[in-house]
Amino acid sequence: MDEILEILEKDGRASVEDIAKMIRKKPDEVKKTIKRYEKEGAILKYKAVINKDLIKDNESEVRALIEVNIIPQKDLGFDKIAERIYSFPEVTSCYLISGTYDLLVVVEGKNLHTVSNFVAEKLSCLENVRGTATHFLLKKYKEDGVILKHKSENKRIAISY
Amino acid sequence: MQISRIVEKMQPSGIRAFFDLVLGMKEVISLGVGEPDFVTPWQIREAGIYSLEQGFTSYTSNKGLYKLRLGIHRYLKNKYALDYCPDEEILITVGVSEGLDLLLRAIINPGDKILIPQPSYVSYGPVTELARGVPVYIDTSKDGFKITPKLLEKYIDKKTKGIVLNYPINPTGVSYRCKELVDINKYLLKHKILCISDEVYGDLTYDFMHTAFPTLTGAKKNTVYFNGFSKSHAMTGWRVGFACGPKEIIAAMTKIHQYTIMCVPITSQMAAAEALVNSKRSVEQMKREYNRRRLFMVAELNALGLKCSRPQGAFYIFPSIKCTGLSSMDFSRKLLEEEKVAVVPGTAFGSCGEGYIRISYASSFDSLKEALVRLKRFLEKRK
Repeated sequence: MDEILEILEKDGRASVEDIAKMIRKKPDEVKKTIKRYEKEGAILKYKAVINKDLIKDNESEVRALIEVNIIPQKDLGFDKIAERIYSFPEVTSCYLISGTYDLLVVVEGKNLHTVSNFVAEKLSCLENVRGTATHFLLKKYKEDGVILKHKSENKRIAISY
Repeated sequence: MQISRIVEKMQPSGIRAFFDLVLGMKEVISLGVGEPDFVTPWQIREAGIYSLEQGFTSYTSNKGLYKLRLGIHRYLKNKYALDYCPDEEILITVGVSEGLDLLLRAIINPGDKILIPQPSYVSYGPVTELARGVPVYIDTSKDGFKITPKLLEKYIDKKTKGIVLNYPINPTGVSYRCKELVDINKYLLKHKILCISDEVYGDLTYDFMHTAFPTLTGAKKNTVYFNGFSKSHAMTGWRVGFACGPKEIIAAMTKIHQYTIMCVPITSQMAAAEALVNSKRSVEQMKREYNRRRLFMVAELNALGLKCSRPQGAFYIFPSIKCTGLSSMDFSRKLLEEEKVAVVPGTAFGSCGEGYIRISYASSFDSLKEALVRLKRFLEKRK
């Protein structure tokens, strides 16, 4: 992967000037490359990784992983039905996978009730959906490579040879 | 109780007081740390934990676990086409530090001279003295912090037994290209001076390929090669290093090692064995990260007017602070007191380090940036 992407994947806020110094390129050149990635869709967006457990006034939020079995459609395979599913705003991620079921759908809702309603009333009744199995998420330990824990303090001695 | 005269004479010096000052202060941003800011990659830590679960809590052979020596043999063969026999030519030590101590004690007769290019890591001189040898310090500050045969010529005599060659160099980050090493090697062979090659930062070389000294023509029989896991694998606290060299020298070192240390802790050896098999990706990732910080810091320091040439390895930069008119110690002390940024005065690495400071970029990018803001403020006050 290009170094610019590697840097931005770790720190989406890294400035063009800093990146330029880190890889010894001209800022203009870096800027152009980033613009290109954005235009091509290689960089889709920049966002913060939030540990919602630490937000005090957090409206409670429930997440479920749903295994979905579907009947593929002629000519379209899984894509069309996947699109119908991932277009719901409740769906935060949707993957086609190999194994005993077809789609892994991640759904977020205010509470158990809203999530189960979504499954019962929207997802299960879709034509081509053969069956679902819903797993509610109990605790997040690590997400997208980030361990969701307080930053551990520095354990090194402040000065050494 | 009368303390040994050699120990009595050993310098605690002003540096110790400065270090104590840093350690006593809170919320300091430290660019004075000589170890990686990464923790040991998980797969290596896990191997250590697993070995404990399995009940590996005994001594190992004096030379170290065969599995680890074999791993080192393979690593050197793959990386440098170097062929050291795991039975007779490799010794596992408690970091490179122990290895160097063993070697110097193994080869020195009272009065033998050991050449030490400076600025250098702090232990070479005192350890030579403890072995009843005479350290001969070579000032490299006017030669780009490197030695050449021409420079060596001024320092050798009949008593010269060896030279401690460390590259990439702590504290300057400077390293040698193959061509330069070829000349040095020829010179050392001609004058029968043993090369004591501390290459613990070898895996952290950025601008060109690192050349292991024993790969040079005729060098293997005249070199003891030291390396370890501390820097490249972020394993400083595990204390594992190794020495490779001619079998009679390794045998002599093993004699001392068996009486003083016995063996390196087995947990650390087990973890190190895993490190050789399974951590190439983590090591590469850390190296890429250091490299970005290096380029960033050099650009920023030069922009601040602290002149530094681009270091090629390790995680240190050795900028000149002569433009401020302050001594290394005053600069470091004032920077600490006024801006709470810790660096190491160049004089900690020998008197020829006067006018320089060592900056370690083994710190998170955010701390580096904040340190630069403070450094800039500090320098502006002095304009």
